[in-house]
Amino acid sequence: MKLTKPSLFGVAVAVVVAVAIALLPLTMSDYHDSTGADVAVFFIAILALNIVTGYTGQISIGHGAFMAVGGYTTAILTHNHGWNDLATLPLAALVGFAFGVLVGLPALRFHGVYLALTTFAVALAVPQVAKNYPKFTGGTEGLALPTHSGVWLYRTTWIVAGIVFVLAWLLLRGRTGRAFRSVRDSEIAASSSGVTLSLYKTLAFGVSAAFAGVAGSLYVLVNNFVNPDVFGLTLSLYILIGAVVGGLGSLWGVLVGAAFVQLLPIGLTTTHISSSQSVPVIFGAVVIAVMALLPLGAANLLGTFLHFGSQMGQSSDVPLGTEGR
Amino acid sequence: MATASLTQRGTAFRPTTSWIVPALIAVGCVFLVIGSLRSSLFAQQTISGLANGGIYASLAVALVLIYRATEVINFAQGALATFTTYVAWQLIDWGLTYWLAFVCTLGIAFVGGFLVQLVAIRPVERRGNQLTVVIASIGLLILVEGLVGWIWGNEIKFMPAPFPSHIYRVGGVSFSRQDIATIAISIASVVLLRLLFQFTKLGLAMRASAVRPDAARLVGIRVSWMLSLGWGLAAVLGAVAGMMAAASPSVLLQPSMMDGILIYAFAAAVLGGLESAAGAVIGALAIGVTLNLLGAYVSWVTPQLLLPAAFVLMLVVLLVKPSGLFGRTRVRRV
Amino acid sequence: MGSLLELRGVDARYGQVQVLRGVSLTVGEGEIVAILGANGAGKTTTLRAISGTVRRSGTLELDGKSLGRRGPESTARLGVAHVPEGRGTFVELTVWENLRLGAHVRRGSLRDDFKRVLEYFPWLEQRRAQQAGTLSGGEQQMLALARAVMQRPRLLLLDEPSLGLAPLVTAEIFRIVRELNEREGTAVLIVEQNARTSLATAARAYVLEVGQVAFEGTSDELSSRDTIRRSYLGY
Repeated sequence: MKLTKPSLFGVAVAVVVAVAIALLPLTMSDYHDSTGADVAVFFIAILALNIVTGYTGQISIGHGAFMAVGGYTTAILTHNHGWNDLATLPLAALVGFAFGVLVGLPALRFHGVYLALTTFAVALAVPQVAKNYPKFTGGTEGLALPTHSGVWLYRTTWIVAGIVFVLAWLLLRGRTGRAFRSVRDSEIAASSSGVTLSLYKTLAFGVSAAFAGVAGSLYVLVNNFVNPDVFGLTLSLYILIGAVVGGLGSLWGVLVGAAFVQLLPIGLTTTHISSSQSVPVIFGAVVIAVMALLPLGAANLLGTFLHFGSQMGQSSDVPLGTEGR
Repeated sequence: MATASLTQRGTAFRPTTSWIVPALIAVGCVFLVIGSLRSSLFAQQTISGLANGGIYASLAVALVLIYRATEVINFAQGALATFTTYVAWQLIDWGLTYWLAFVCTLGIAFVGGFLVQLVAIRPVERRGNQLTVVIASIGLLILVEGLVGWIWGNEIKFMPAPFPSHIYRVGGVSFSRQDIATIAISIASVVLLRLLFQFTKLGLAMRASAVRPDAARLVGIRVSWMLSLGWGLAAVLGAVAGMMAAASPSVLLQPSMMDGILIYAFAAAVLGGLESAAGAVIGALAIGVTLNLLGAYVSWVTPQLLLPAAFVLMLVVLLVKPSGLFGRTRVRRV
Repeated sequence: MGSLLELRGVDARYGQVQVLRGVSLTVGEGEIVAILGANGAGKTTTLRAISGTVRRSGTLELDGKSLGRRGPESTARLGVAHVPEGRGTFVELTVWENLRLGAHVRRGSLRDDFKRVLEYFPWLEQRRAQQAGTLSGGEQQMLALARAVMQRPRLLLLDEPSLGLAPLVTAEIFRIVRELNEREGTAVLIVEQNARTSLATAARAYVLEVGQVAFEGTSDELSSRDTIRRSYLGY
């Protein structure tokens, strides 16, 4: 999101959307409420991914792992040590941040494809590690957590989502955001204009992982249990899909992406257009289509309309990475 | 003149003249031979490790093939291999003999890979850059794995073994015919590919398209067809990997069959420097053997930790030598 | 005499920027023609328009046949060899492989072609297994020429062959170009900033300015007119 002065129209739309989100539970059943909570969780996770991939241009296909770290922090503290589940959120963010920095440091040495591969491997490796230490993590069976009503989950997750959104907006509009984007657009130009590359790149990973950790915690709360497969490869891929379909580098796109990833499968199955087996096929096809037709994601369309300017600030058609062929 | 990219392809690289890597490999081989002579368990683990490595090698070379041509990692390579393996299963279920099904599958894989590039990748390449193609390949991964589950269901299927389980015994060491066959077939497919590239006009055209597409067009090469051909060949290698994996006792025929193997293949390709097929093969064999030996001799390395172990291995090598063991150091131009 | 190559009112653009505005020129069978002008005048773009490497509009005809919307692959098949700026050498491949690629569009035995190429560039024989990227600039330029010879083109497009090369090497290259033209009858269209050497080799020349043809004429005409020489050709 080009974080210039938002237009009046854009602010109006934002308020309308926020009110709509707040009022929605009144019209929905408890089950739908928890689905809405899922959307909020994905909103936060996709937002997190956006910070590291959309803004600093570092590819991550492993955000499920960051979610896992936050989620297991919450689960272990709540289940094994009796903490109040909400109270674990800040700690999950902290642990996430630390893990993100841990991943971000070696990531400094990798670019493009190598980074994608590394994060992909992290995404697959973390669940395996979780399976290996059942004493802490409950192993393959996992840990169970206290349940909450759908409405409570909906409200909590969306409030946290709102907080995260505002935090991200504040972070990205200022110097940090500009530094992030300059890293994405040209590392060499950035460092020669005084942006300490390693600091900002690692910071981006840290912040992104912190947010993802929070998302993981909430995810665990919504599902009221955790096991390694919950945070498997599929999750990481779906977060990426959401980010990409919505549009990387755009905060509005995050909402679109989250809705797409959570609601499309449900929409397809409940209206009996097709069976649940076909969901991944359709997702995959949509991703390919979006990449072929609208590389900047759906938000590109929305953004121009809302005058928020959801473009990445580049004049060319090419969405990410300045390395052409 | 098009704006220069940060990493100019084909310009300014230093070829690896280091002797360290070949020395390491020599030491490794000596270690394996000595170990095998001293312990039959060691020998067994080494052989089956090599067999696993053979499977990873086929898939790794497929990845390298596409990467060399387009600087894109095809995340769907494993899923495509799974698909072709299921096709083989279906053919056998319909009554074909194993080897007839194998050969048909290779043909189907070639055509399939070619078409996938044409239909799914080319439109994306036209408007996007490497990253969008990589994301599209992830979309392809999801699509193809989903397709397998949709068509054939998620339950585990049984794939008949090509070789009746014949055990050879040499000096107290027993290894299966399947293992030997896997090693042989994997190596053979990679060698055949190498011959194609080195000694045929088509292979030369493909190599030229990979390193200098613009210059290749000027001499009359239809570069986009070369890319499609590359995908077709990669799919064939993937099909070989899939068939060998399905024949292995430790792998079950299910939609997620190649997910872990894909990681090992990535690690192998990365170790090899992503642009060297020979490097990928050596990397794959090394990973196969190392993981087997680790699992057998180091007590805290459980089966679940093998994947993270491979990852850590890959990470360590990359940190020390970011361009892989056999890679060429790329100089980034301003 | 019909021209081998004819351009009429050709426009070309890179994205939004228009580089050529209504360029018209001809190259006759077996002629050597030069395109001169300052940096950014559109010389390289003209060659790219001919080989189809850049999007263009207008009339382009090779031997009376329209080049239409052909891309470089198919233009090469028609007998046009384009040696681009930077030579387009396959630096990762060997000298021999580079030559082989030059003949990609030809069918049949290449033995005679190799013999011919070695007559022009005998030193290539010993270097055949050498990686092309390890050759010097002048050698790479000659390798690029040799590659073009393998193609047996009717029209050779040369983009700044003297770029970055010492005067002696440049002279050698132009000598070989003349020899090629005399022995094979290949028409040559040279883009150059080095006007003096080009006018010594070419029969006719066009001077481009801001994407249009500012002057045209025989080499004698152009080099004898002081104003043109000083303002446009730099000597």
